[in-house]
Amino acid sequence: MAESPAVSAVEEQVKIEELDSVTIRFAGDSGDGSQLIGGQFANTSAIVGNDISTLPDYPAEIRAPAGTLPGVSGFQVKIANEEIHTPGDSPLVLVAMNPAALKVNLSDLPLGGIVIVNTDTFTKSNLRKAGYTESPLDDESLNSYRVCRIPLTSLHKNALEGLEGLSNRQIDMMKNMFALGLVYWIFDRPLDPTIRMLESKFGSRPEVLEGNLRTMKAGYHYGETTEEFQFRYKVSRAPVLPGTYRAITGAQATALGFVTAAHKGGQTLFYGSYPITPASAVLEELAALKNFDVRTFQAEDEIAAIGATIGAAFGGAMAATGTSGPGVALKSEAINLALALELPLVVANFQRGGPSTGLPTKAEQSDLLQVMFGRNGDSPIPVIAAATPSDCFHMAIEAFRIAIESMTPVFLLADGYLVSSAEPWSIPDPDTIEPIVVKHETNPDGFLPYSRDPESLKRPWALPGTKGLEHRIGGLAKQDGTGNVSYDPQDHEHMTHIYAEKIARIADRIPEQDILGEESGELLIVGWGSTYGAIQTAVRQAQKLGKPVSSIHIRYINPFPRNLEDILGRFEKIIVPEMNTGQLTFMLNGRFQCGAVAFPKVQGLVFKISEITDKIDEVLG
Amino acid sequence: MSEAVAEPTLSRKDFVSDQDVRWCPGCGDYAILAQMQRVLPELGIARENIAFISGIGCSSRFPYYMNTYGIHSIHGRAPTLATGLKVARPDLSVWVVTGDGDGLSIGGNHLIHCIRRNLDINILLFNNRIYGLTKGQYSPTSLQGHKTKSSPMGSVEQSFNPISIAIGAEATFVARTADRNTKHQAEILKRAAAHKGTSFVEIYQNCNIYNDGAWFHVTEGEGKEENALYLEHGKPLLFGKEKNRGISLNGWTPEVVEMGNGVKEEDLLHHDESLDSSALAYLLSRMDHPDYPVPMGVFRSVDRPTYEAQVMDQGRLAREQRGEGNLAALYHNADTWTVA
Repeated sequence: MAESPAVSAVEEQVKIEELDSVTIRFAGDSGDGSQLIGGQFANTSAIVGNDISTLPDYPAEIRAPAGTLPGVSGFQVKIANEEIHTPGDSPLVLVAMNPAALKVNLSDLPLGGIVIVNTDTFTKSNLRKAGYTESPLDDESLNSYRVCRIPLTSLHKNALEGLEGLSNRQIDMMKNMFALGLVYWIFDRPLDPTIRMLESKFGSRPEVLEGNLRTMKAGYHYGETTEEFQFRYKVSRAPVLPGTYRAITGAQATALGFVTAAHKGGQTLFYGSYPITPASAVLEELAALKNFDVRTFQAEDEIAAIGATIGAAFGGAMAATGTSGPGVALKSEAINLALALELPLVVANFQRGGPSTGLPTKAEQSDLLQVMFGRNGDSPIPVIAAATPSDCFHMAIEAFRIAIESMTPVFLLADGYLVSSAEPWSIPDPDTIEPIVVKHETNPDGFLPYSRDPESLKRPWALPGTKGLEHRIGGLAKQDGTGNVSYDPQDHEHMTHIYAEKIARIADRIPEQDILGEESGELLIVGWGSTYGAIQTAVRQAQKLGKPVSSIHIRYINPFPRNLEDILGRFEKIIVPEMNTGQLTFMLNGRFQCGAVAFPKVQGLVFKISEITDKIDEVLG
Repeated sequence: MSEAVAEPTLSRKDFVSDQDVRWCPGCGDYAILAQMQRVLPELGIARENIAFISGIGCSSRFPYYMNTYGIHSIHGRAPTLATGLKVARPDLSVWVVTGDGDGLSIGGNHLIHCIRRNLDINILLFNNRIYGLTKGQYSPTSLQGHKTKSSPMGSVEQSFNPISIAIGAEATFVARTADRNTKHQAEILKRAAAHKGTSFVEIYQNCNIYNDGAWFHVTEGEGKEENALYLEHGKPLLFGKEKNRGISLNGWTPEVVEMGNGVKEEDLLHHDESLDSSALAYLLSRMDHPDYPVPMGVFRSVDRPTYEAQVMDQGRLAREQRGEGNLAALYHNADTWTVA
């Protein structure tokens, strides 16, 4: 892994050095468009055949005061000539559009890393806002880095000279394209994919299109003509499986998964949601798909969102709601109603840092015990968790499959990282995706609303509008079969066991847990959710070095896969890296007494590969 | 050869479920249930296409006693379930049964948003000015000074006026009736069912255990005529057994006037439930006992597109513009690259 290349010899023509992978972070004010150019760089790299992984880093404030530290927004891209699972531990290249962006991000760079700064923004006022008493460009603080000082704003304005019809604001908003052009030159990327994007976006506004194109090309040519740059890099194609690919975020993948599930079940998709970071992206994706018979409902609050989802499920829709931890807290009474009504629906929880409002734009895995146990009464609900952005597609479909096969609400867990992070997705043929069998009861003979399928224990899904099946369901304790309100102690105990057994039996239908590496041994790393990338990479690297470590990544958390206990029993040590204080660890030990040890990280940030590697080394001694 | 079999006409007993009704003897809910079961067969809606959704409270037991589809949900949330059900199934006749605590306290937010969206559903709010199921605490409609178990020295809270709230929430149909006035109630329920859009009906309901007589001034004896004003579209606001008193407007303030002595019908305020402006309906909603007769009947009935119709229209428009959704095309709707 050559992430820190030696500085290449200065030649007449700058030599292009080959790297296995490189990580670049674009950073600037929220309004500087770092997300856009980062996304474009990732897309173009994917199109030329690299494996990619991206991670945006938004501030919680939409537009914090320009130039200040809280206003810095970033976008990290890792590109590689091999399969990768994370957006990189630390960037080799930092593009800092102002002093604040430099200050916030510099410490993440390795010594010798490349810093590209827009010197035009290093004014007294901006330096002060960023908390610099002296310009870091003038003192020795950047001596350990390779610094490219570029008067980017001036160069950008020069490039646009003579172009009529642009406001100052429009001109300012385009300067990020200069930076993108320059980075394209450094990494030897084609401009065509971005040109195509700009043409489709600004086709109706020729002066905006022309401005963007001119400045991007100017940035590219600046790299070529100036002697500032004595380095260029190239990352070759990654050996990926044949197929057609696109980049996909977890939000997009979840939305596509829900739509696909509804089509596979042959029903309307209903999605009720209240805007909340980071789940809103899914509501927005789905709201744009009305031609798929998707009915989105932006509710007045979190409770209304789940209430409407329950109502839609009663009416026969494939119904889902999406939220984050604070929203789950508000929804929990209604989720229990869905449990008692035994209606199929999906609750997607895109976790962020807690407790309370916590870290809205960051990722954490600290809602696991909330979704497992955060309700009144004995109230088991299936919980599944996506491991990667594209896995959200598969798990969204799985969530609906389980919901309908067992007539139960299902929790789908992802997090703020998965929502906004992107990776290549091998686009499937929709015809190869298994149908979801939806059966609505129609026969009035002997119909009982709470009669049970002997295998799955699910009750019938009888829809309003079906003659002869009129029935009432409710949240009060009931008698099995008839569903009549019953406070009889035996009925209550029976129903409590039915709820539990119905969920337990899902284990018969979900896949067995697979293992990365040896089936038994000294050390097992157990992960779930978005820690997948870092764990996979670290464990594979350790295995290559001959270390006795295996890993499993649990995607079905309630119920656990039926072979999980057996696997856990075959390892001497079990380490569970989690972005919480040890919630899965608690569950594993409570259930299996397996001596699992938590490896917690609660910074609102995903694990770095090196953190897992160090842990493996520490445990193996 | 097949012969068309006419649907047998439904009767009251077709809507009676097999469950024992468990309200306290003498509760006003019985009369409302009976009227509902009498009215439904007259609406021409198949029984299987009707759903009753309720929250929690005495009134919310209602769905269990109706032989239709129904959900007894959780406290205050019935309008949300009704919303999802109606959006998923615009073909159904959806009724929400709620109370003053369920609808105006814990579920107040849902009630106003449901009303403003104007789904084609019917909301019946049984107002008894007390928490009955929890055994006698004051509710959001209890009058200031009301002594209850949780307000032994009298409630210090300003009470809500459900009709004013519905009007403020942009309701397209607002009406009031009372449990004991069965004929009037049947008429209002039919009007509510016929209205396209959210119909909000406040039903004065007597809790004979915890707040007996809260509405006797308009439901018992002479009060029925003397203290109530039965609204009629296009008609002057007259009340009293002899229709000898009326309402006229003095500036922005309604005034009770005696007819005769130069006061003629044309001097009175005339009711118009179809006005675009909700000012008159709101003004009427503020008239209350004992200063004024209590208006009963339809305050407001106007047309506005329903929520679900607009949702369905957008779906149709999207299909017209972009064609029926195709999954493969959707998956590929991004920059793609192919690895051979």
